[in-house]
Amino acid sequence: MATLLEMRGITKTFPGVRALDDVTFSVREGEIHALVGENGAGKSTLMKVLSGVYPHGTYEGDIVYDGEVMAFGGIADSERRGIIIIHQELALVPLLSIAENIFLGNERATAGVISWQETNARAQELLRKVGLREAPQTQVDRIGVGKQQLVEIAKALSKDVRLLILDEPTAALSESDSQALLDLILELKAQGVTSIIISHKLNEVRRVADSITVLRDGATVATRDARTEPVTEDRIVRDMVGRSMENRYPARTRRAGDVLFEVRNWNVTHPDHAERQVVRDVSLHVRRGEVVGIAGLMGAGRTELAMSVFGRSYGRNITGTVAVGGRTVDTSSVARAIGAGLAYVTEDRKELGLVLEESVQKNVTLANLPKVATGGVLRQEDETRVAEDYRRAMNIRTPSVFQQVMNLSGGNQQKVVLSKWLFAGPEVLILDEPTRGIDVGAKFEIYNIINDLSKDGKGVLMISSEMPELLGMCDRIYVMNEGAFVGELTAAEASQERIMSLIVTD
Amino acid sequence: MTHTASDAARGAATRGWAAYFGTHMRDYGLLFALIAIMAFFQAVTDGTLLRPVNITNLFLQNSYIIIMALGMLIVIVGGNIDLSVGSVMGFVGALAAVMIVEWGLPVGVTILLCLGAGILIGAAQGYWVAYWKIPSFIVTLAGMLVFRGASLWLLEGQSVGPFPRSFQALSTGFVPDLFGVDRPNVTALAVGVVAVMAILWMGLRKRARNRAYGIEDEPAAFFALRNAIIAGACLFLIWKLSTFRGLPNVLITMGVLTIVYAFLTEKTVLGRRIYALGGNAKAAKLSGIATERLAFLTFVNMGFLAALAGLVFAARLNTATPKAGFGMELDVIAAVFIGGASMSGGVGKIVGAVVGAFIMGVMNNGMSIMGIGIDYQQMIKGLVLLAAVIFDVYNKQKQG
Repeated sequence: MATLLEMRGITKTFPGVRALDDVTFSVREGEIHALVGENGAGKSTLMKVLSGVYPHGTYEGDIVYDGEVMAFGGIADSERRGIIIIHQELALVPLLSIAENIFLGNERATAGVISWQETNARAQELLRKVGLREAPQTQVDRIGVGKQQLVEIAKALSKDVRLLILDEPTAALSESDSQALLDLILELKAQGVTSIIISHKLNEVRRVADSITVLRDGATVATRDARTEPVTEDRIVRDMVGRSMENRYPARTRRAGDVLFEVRNWNVTHPDHAERQVVRDVSLHVRRGEVVGIAGLMGAGRTELAMSVFGRSYGRNITGTVAVGGRTVDTSSVARAIGAGLAYVTEDRKELGLVLEESVQKNVTLANLPKVATGGVLRQEDETRVAEDYRRAMNIRTPSVFQQVMNLSGGNQQKVVLSKWLFAGPEVLILDEPTRGIDVGAKFEIYNIINDLSKDGKGVLMISSEMPELLGMCDRIYVMNEGAFVGELTAAEASQERIMSLIVTD
Repeated sequence: MTHTASDAARGAATRGWAAYFGTHMRDYGLLFALIAIMAFFQAVTDGTLLRPVNITNLFLQNSYIIIMALGMLIVIVGGNIDLSVGSVMGFVGALAAVMIVEWGLPVGVTILLCLGAGILIGAAQGYWVAYWKIPSFIVTLAGMLVFRGASLWLLEGQSVGPFPRSFQALSTGFVPDLFGVDRPNVTALAVGVVAVMAILWMGLRKRARNRAYGIEDEPAAFFALRNAIIAGACLFLIWKLSTFRGLPNVLITMGVLTIVYAFLTEKTVLGRRIYALGGNAKAAKLSGIATERLAFLTFVNMGFLAALAGLVFAARLNTATPKAGFGMELDVIAAVFIGGASMSGGVGKIVGAVVGAFIMGVMNNGMSIMGIGIDYQQMIKGLVLLAAVIFDVYNKQKQG
């Protein structure tokens, strides 16, 4: 079979991070090629380079497609050549009809006037191809996620797709919807469509893929041909995680005390879909001085668990109990949760953690203003002193504490969020992806701060999608999948392979 | 990304006057705009603008706009908007007229009841915005229609008046000269001098504090010039006022309210939380701030100030008319945006809103003296509002 696509020596850097490092990736015409790797391995970045989201010139290396070197300036260019990407978060407009969505940006129109007959008729045809029986006029938010995924594929077909890229297409789908989708991809293959599929579900990869490429830390580890050699899940897992662990994690004397924080029988349903249970009967505990991790894939329900515990900031129909220091506490509002000694450091610091237009100082004191106020009036000297103290202690690099936080780097912003929560004086800190999107040096500083907290006898519950980080930092790791805890490993037992296999064999 | 912080540090060290002026253009721009507009109208009206009687008039004419701008700034900083203030103002004026003229209630009782009515109106609107998350634009648009109608209904389409002198004094009264000189009014002069000294003292204190913390400092010449202009302008206005009838009561009300609200927004926990709410409501909520209650309170406060403005307005006209306050909300909102507040919330200052209101007020007054028709006046005011906002956005892009 001929080579359809070859990406040669692709290197892509972001400020402070090398996301892709000399990646080579080649896809043969008419195959299904799986791209696997941990979160942050560079899969999505590679696909964004391919589809022109990162235009020619912002990366190094060559894309050879159909025998020609390509220089895509944007998505429109790659789509014109038949390269269509379907993102993990669906890009459908919920209040428009299926047909309108399929032809969005590509309207069936003459001189700007849409022909609804042609739109609906062609949509009908495409829907039949993907096996959907819905009327083209149906509003998209009336159909389930699985069917929406099929609409996305119909949309891709409407653009004469040659190379279809699917980024975790089954992540949000039920078992039967996933099967239907994979069948469709196989059928498209029979019709000559080449596919690249990014997936964490190795059983699915094994089922459909002709070739498998593993990325790790922004580099290609291996490409294996599933038709010439049998590729076991074990083999893939070892490719995915087999990296040397150097001293990226500062040492800490481990000394766990009494149980400090306990959650029992926690259940949460989705705020909009009461039938979708997001957290199922989770129980956990954290001892004084302990750093406990929660491992899992994106969408496993870890953030939802943390935010629902912290003042019911997520979900509804929440049941279960929370105890701090052996006493059951009320965490039904954020203020009460803070009062009970909890702090939640969000994974999304820009959206949920910081007031970007305000200064470092004003962000640091925000969660505990009464501590720097008398009778409701702020003591500004004290406030500045507090901010200065944290600036020194956390090594926040900023010209002054009066600088707007939006001018700080990601790592320094994260330190501001941490300072805010330390100033609130918590006993238990829930850290949600505390090192996401920050460079290696800042990560090391954050790890040191976590170790200091544990030395002070605080309890730390740490959610992370980077498994090495959990293994390097935690005394104990809970593994979460599809809303439930599927395993608990001590530091001695835990390995990336064991965590991965708990997740994929669930 | 770490290079951004160090770049900024290096930049701050080498920054000169011009750069300082560039980054603080907005603060100076507003002040200079007001001065330039006053100078312009002073020239084209042959000195009528700054005659003592006209200055007094300027304060009286704009008092209710400024009073409402204080509340509107807080609502807008909190990330909302209130379109109903003009109608609420008119309604409360009508209520006062009916209570005093038709029911014969005492002035003091009427004032308290009217302020209470304003608070209730604010609470009723704020409830839907804060706790039901209905967009404030819609809730207060409904409020605008409701209270326009309610004024008509209350007054049965008639003008009701006149008011007793004690009620009129709310607006058109003057503080008598305690020293008995009267021309010039020594009390007014004394208050003016004390106020100017207080402004200078606070400026110096802030400067000393900034220096202690090593914050980028305003060049000394700028500081001196800016304060000299402010002090000079204040003393000039006070002198003019003192040669007419002294300090209008409403100027005292306005001054006190401005100081109270500036303090509230800049120095208190409550104020800080309102800025956080408008800047990032989700982050504020996750920091344990009761964001709903806070948004609710901004509307309660707005209702209170709209009611106060309604009383002042009715007292000034000495009658309540069904048309009072029509379209006034737009002047108030324009003043707040000219004063530098951001539509998306979290940004804006009380002093900015007050200066913004004066810019609008001086333009209204100056153009009326010149005999420019209402048609042109509206167009010019609209363009000034647009220019102010474009200036803001341009500045932000240049910095970003």
